[in-house]
Amino acid sequence: MNLRGKAHKFGDDVNTDYIISGRYKFKTLDMKELAKHVMEDLDPEFYSKLNKGDFIVAGKNFGCGSSREQAPLAIIHADISAVIAKSFARIFYRNAINTGLPLLECDTDLINPGDELEVDLGKGIVRNLTQNTDIQVKPLPPFMLKILSDGGLVEHFKKHGTFNLE
Amino acid sequence: MGKTIAEKILSMKSGVDARANDIVIADLDFVMGQDGTSPLAIQAFIEMGGLRVFDPRRVAMVIDHSAPSPLEGVSALHKKMRDFADRYDVMLYDIGEGVCHQLVPEKGHVAPGTLVIGADSHTCTYGALNAFATGVGSTDLAAGMISGKLWFKVPETIKFVLHGELPPGVFSKDLILYLIGDVTADGATYMAAEYVGEAIKALSMEARFTISNMAIEMGAKVGLMEADEKTEAWVREHSSLPYKPVFADPDAVYAEVREYDVSKLEPQVAKPHTVDNVSPIGEVAGIEVQQCVIGTCTNGRLEDLRIAAKILEGKKIHPRTRLIVAPASRQVFLDAIREGIISTLVEAGAAIVTPGCGPCVGTHNGVPSDGENVIATSNRNFKGRMGNNKAFIYLGSPATVAASAIAGKISDPREYWR
Ligand code: SF4
Repeated sequence: MNLRGKAHKFGDDVNTDYIISGRYKFKTLDMKELAKHVMEDLDPEFYSKLNKGDFIVAGKNFGCGSSREQAPLAIIHADISAVIAKSFARIFYRNAINTGLPLLECDTDLINPGDELEVDLGKGIVRNLTQNTDIQVKPLPPFMLKILSDGGLVEHFKKHGTFNLE
Repeated sequence: MGKTIAEKILSMKSGVDARANDIVIADLDFVMGQDGTSPLAIQAFIEMGGLRVFDPRRVAMVIDHSAPSPLEGVSALHKKMRDFADRYDVMLYDIGEGVCHQLVPEKGHVAPGTLVIGADSHTCTYGALNAFATGVGSTDLAAGMISGKLWFKVPETIKFVLHGELPPGVFSKDLILYLIGDVTADGATYMAAEYVGEAIKALSMEARFTISNMAIEMGAKVGLMEADEKTEAWVREHSSLPYKPVFADPDAVYAEVREYDVSKLEPQVAKPHTVDNVSPIGEVAGIEVQQCVIGTCTNGRLEDLRIAAKILEGKKIHPRTRLIVAPASRQVFLDAIREGIISTLVEAGAAIVTPGCGPCVGTHNGVPSDGENVIATSNRNFKGRMGNNKAFIYLGSPATVAASAIAGKISDPREYWR
């Protein structure tokens, strides 16, 4: 599967309160509504700048903080196709895989704001079309790839009824 | 080759010889969700085709984050949880019972050697009881409720050896803030933390919870401690579960061992907007604060309120500051009433709010205004955390917050602590 879009860049330690603030997540399960407030405390204009398929590109420890699954869900529903960061916080990582949001771990210093990117999930490559470079991605463990390719943990359970490592 | 506590518990619960970086599927002893995460979990439970929970006595839902409900939308989500609890017969702790991380141990749902997941990042709190307890998201919670199992990547472990004795007026909160400042917010990502040494042994169970609670603020998956007489006494008082303390092997393999001497530690404060932005009190003393908060799953226990009352006894809070106190549970609240702590705090000018999360996550109960400074005993000071991204949040011990409330500015509690 190939994803294509523009890079929106953020720094290190982007926490789940920034991704979707607690003041919204308690109000509703309407993810389209939550998506409008994604990254709002870091950039109030963020949602209005997005085009379908764009990427969030960040530094280290993306998604630290709370266990709110509204964080990856709000990103998915804002039509962002993947998050690319130097590293991810653990609970966010699980939640993203479980909800079907692709995450790519690589050296994001090689990406500038506004760069046009193409991601090959199968091969694990981020292609920077603006700078004409290929960035190698740390591969996902096979079990997680399996959950992602099933479309998230809900679909995995629907298919297997329980966890299936094989 | 020996094993760490994390490797041992995950081996026991998965039935395989689990080593760091293995992926295992393990049996859960207890599963918890709160009102910010359960509604989505209920949705996932239904989508996954869940017909029943694996064991109703091992599943609890807690309404604590936005409780009592301040808004219609929240009320609908709470109702969803109550209906689910009714229908599937799982335990429900409704408004006023307290913060999930106080309730799960206090109600006896966790014991040494158990494996617990909670759909809340501070589930690592119960590591103080020698349990492998970790935070997950809503879909994991749903999978756990249905199957009684979950997948885990076995973490590597960082061991913290803490020597010496904390000086007077310096508390476990200061110690964990110092450690987070030193290790940084992602210094232990994907790892287990093990805290050992005489400085830990000297702490009460309540003070130990504060340390394990904040393991996630250095990125850790669990914040484990060994069980000793204090742990066992605490568990026997609160729980009827059978338990089996788990110790690390002497030849266990650690990613890193860090040693500290705590005997010269000073009160510590985390400055806006990250928890690892930590300074000794001297560097921040004098900054005016408009709101002071004592409570939360980090520091809302009886011992914490007792410390605050000792400092506030016979005093008044500064006229330009507000003091909000949220006892961690109904039991803590009752005990504090019986001990006279609540009257001391109220006489000093505190506003007491419902046992629960209080203003911690910005849904209600004390949202600061633009440009205001807050000092709180909670565990996060992210921008916007308390509901206003133009406010500034500092974190300190209950003693530091109480002293700051009196002075109206961040203050060294040792001036009041005798
Ligand atoms: S008190 Fe704060 S940190 Fe603790 S569970 Fe509640 S919202 Fe989370």
